[in-house]
Amino acid sequence: MSVEVGTELPEQVFRITRADLVRYAGASGDFNPIHWNERVATAVGLPGVIAHGMFTMALAGRAVTAWTGDPAAVVEYQVRFGRPVVVPDDDEGAELTVRGKVGALLDDGRARVDLTVTSEGEKVLSLARAVVRLP
Amino acid sequence: MTLDRELVGRSYPPSAVYEVGRAKIAEFATAVGAPDPVHLDADAARAAGHPDVIAPPTFAVVISLEAAFVVLSDPEVGLDYSRVVHGEQRFLHHRPIRAGDRLVATTTIDAARTVAGNDLLTARVELATEDGEAVCTATSMLVARGEQGTT
Repeated sequence: MSVEVGTELPEQVFRITRADLVRYAGASGDFNPIHWNERVATAVGLPGVIAHGMFTMALAGRAVTAWTGDPAAVVEYQVRFGRPVVVPDDDEGAELTVRGKVGALLDDGRARVDLTVTSEGEKVLSLARAVVRLP
Repeated sequence: MTLDRELVGRSYPPSAVYEVGRAKIAEFATAVGAPDPVHLDADAARAAGHPDVIAPPTFAVVISLEAAFVVLSDPEVGLDYSRVVHGEQRFLHHRPIRAGDRLVATTTIDAARTVAGNDLLTARVELATEDGEAVCTATSMLVARGEQGTT
């Protein structure tokens, strides 16, 4: 794979439904009701049920592992949680778009990938970046 | 309230051992839709050079977030749990987490400051095997929104 600064990762689009949030709650152990209970979410001032930030982070990470082809190549991964992803109670759910490009080539055959993660056109993660070992 | 800078550097006793299971890795990988066979199939993982199935890059949170929350139960930290949101997360993988790992989490407060009425606390969780092999450094920034906070 020929990689240079500016190389773009294939764009990935994910759909997040309420069922996905319930499944992630069980798998991760994060049962905060704002991720599955509309009544609780609106009572604390949210527009509705929101996705776990860590679920959004995991999906965004899939754009990186799909590109490297090897999940073990991800050496470092960080995000700042900006805006919540509101997940409506319907079959379509919310859409998450992940774009990425190589921001820097580092030593030891590693590269830094900078991610842009949006939902409904708004950035939901900021400072989202991964350091990967190139094959 | 204002976070006390004296908290920086405070460490908590190591957690109980968390034994990483193949079924838990498969459950997590399925929940995040990670399709790679190295998460699900021990033979595929071995063919890729791993002793057993490996976890997706954010799996460490299953262990680390609960470990980071020890700071919330520290009365001297005094963060209001009901106002806490997850601000930032970072994983530094020393090697992939894999089935069969027996991991111990040790939490340290790396930073504590108050900005615009919000308390920001950074908890670093070192995940290591029982034998002391470093596996993952998981750093969480927790934000407790103040009464006049803007977050």
